[in-house]
Amino acid sequence: MTLLERTARDAAAPKTGMVAEDPDRFVFRVARKAFTDEAILEEERRRIFDRCWLYLGHGSEIAQDCDFLTRSVGGRELVFNRDRGGAVHAFLNTCPHRGAQLVREPRGNAMSFQCFYHGWAFNVNGRFASRYAEGNYGEGHYSGGCADLVGVPRLEHYRDFYFVNFDRNAVNLSDYLAGAKEIIDLVADQGEAGMEIVGGGQNYFIDANWKLLAENSVDGFHGLPTHQTYFDYLTNVGGLRPDKFPYPFRQVTDLGNGHAVIEYPSPWGRPVARWTPAWGDEKREMIEAGRARLVQQFGEKRGLRMAELSRNMIIFPNLVINDIMAITVRTFQPLAPDRMAVSAWALGVKDEDERLRALRLFNFLEFLGPGGLATPDDVEALESCQRGYRNQREAQWNDISKGMPRGADANTDDEEQMRCYWREWDRRLAASAGA
Amino acid sequence: MSAAATMAKPGLAPVTRADVEDFLYAEAALLDEWRLSEWFALFAPGSVYEVPTAGAPDDADSAKALFYIADDYVRLRERVARLGKREAHAEFPRSRLRRMVSNVRILSASAGQLRAACNLVCYRAKNGKVDTYFGHALYELDVSGSPWRITTKRVMLDMDLLYPGKVSILL
Repeated sequence: MTLLERTARDAAAPKTGMVAEDPDRFVFRVARKAFTDEAILEEERRRIFDRCWLYLGHGSEIAQDCDFLTRSVGGRELVFNRDRGGAVHAFLNTCPHRGAQLVREPRGNAMSFQCFYHGWAFNVNGRFASRYAEGNYGEGHYSGGCADLVGVPRLEHYRDFYFVNFDRNAVNLSDYLAGAKEIIDLVADQGEAGMEIVGGGQNYFIDANWKLLAENSVDGFHGLPTHQTYFDYLTNVGGLRPDKFPYPFRQVTDLGNGHAVIEYPSPWGRPVARWTPAWGDEKREMIEAGRARLVQQFGEKRGLRMAELSRNMIIFPNLVINDIMAITVRTFQPLAPDRMAVSAWALGVKDEDERLRALRLFNFLEFLGPGGLATPDDVEALESCQRGYRNQREAQWNDISKGMPRGADANTDDEEQMRCYWREWDRRLAASAGA
Repeated sequence: MSAAATMAKPGLAPVTRADVEDFLYAEAALLDEWRLSEWFALFAPGSVYEVPTAGAPDDADSAKALFYIADDYVRLRERVARLGKREAHAEFPRSRLRRMVSNVRILSASAGQLRAACNLVCYRAKNGKVDTYFGHALYELDVSGSPWRITTKRVMLDMDLLYPGKVSILL
């Protein structure tokens, strides 16, 4: 779409007034009340979290039949499980009888679920399984479905990434993901036998608005100023390599529907296929072999793209897949305008050599997570922004304009990827209910 | 094992729980006072410092499970150096810290090596907020020489979730 066409479309679309784009002056601003206002969060719950595809979990987390786990998604409490036949389900974690939380363990393996309150029991496919003497219940309870677990309206997956949608009429997941599928493929194709979540997850909280983490996760501009000490670390341990890439590549891509990705040659090592001297010669051979396999299987250009380039992707509204010095899958749920719950996992190659698996986990922690050498400074930055927004009655706007004169050919340290996100946010929040 | 004393190494004076308490209290003071170079000097080359995810079992393995922190000696040295810089933004200005160490136990001792455990509560104050970390710590100590050296320190957080959001300090 040309700038003129987009301007015409945007002029016709309803607006919240909180996202102000002026293509002529190269100014893009977001109102800070979008991060602080309880009424706006309620609108987000109705117009975004009730209507968008939301990440639930990875199929490998419930690898065996009858595996289950519980998770909060979009303000709901869900059970994500595999039944006896291997089919995947997502149920609302509430007993159809009187509402008690049905599954109270974070994860496990069970042939059936039973509510502790009155003892109603269910097969893991959600069917009511209790049998009472005649006279207690009519036939409808046993075959009519009124006593079965309530499933989420929609559950679909792409490459084993499972998503739910609370809008029965939503477009299918494949159409929703749009261009993001190609980037997911670059990650999912790294393992010959597939990919899996490795070694549990990290669950933590940030005292900041949830959208700040969406921005931060694909923000190339903050890398050097915020994470100088991480690059000092890499320098000191011999973890840096020249970041050059032999093919032309796109630095920022609008993936549609508010999703966006940045790609860039990695200065750091990548356990999948980019060795770095800090790891020693022993691992070099294994990593070079992995690299050769990618090139052989996918061709030089795509294979090297998978091996060499790092990529940070936001899938609207709250899923991040960052394939950087390790692969992190990260989702976050608003708890209040100024607080979110974050869940983050490491994604790895299924059946990988245990030395590479150990390296992947070690490398993850050099940057990522609550104890990494970088993420805590991101958390500090987000919380610092949130505190800064206390001044929003006078200081009203965030600036997201960097790189606008470059148009669609933006650099990774521009802010076009965030503009993609905010345009979608504006469109969804402004759309009339029922549209 | 006798609660009073245990032979750390034949021919040496027995190490008592009070000796271990003295060591752990001194270590805690170094951390609370941000004397991090002195704290790092307590670690032996080749040592590890680990913080598994909240609620992980004591025998969690950083080669198989995702931790918050799994530092080898080099990365711990770098972590300490980083915390000395004003660009370590999460700890600049530095948070205020105080920790309680209690329930000290000697788990085993042989040939100059000693395994000990303690309970731990650490308060961190910054930006008008108090973070509480609670858990227990597992130590492997080389007590064959003087001063003693830490060869493994593993801090097990006993919360169900990481409410403070980050482990930007040394626990």
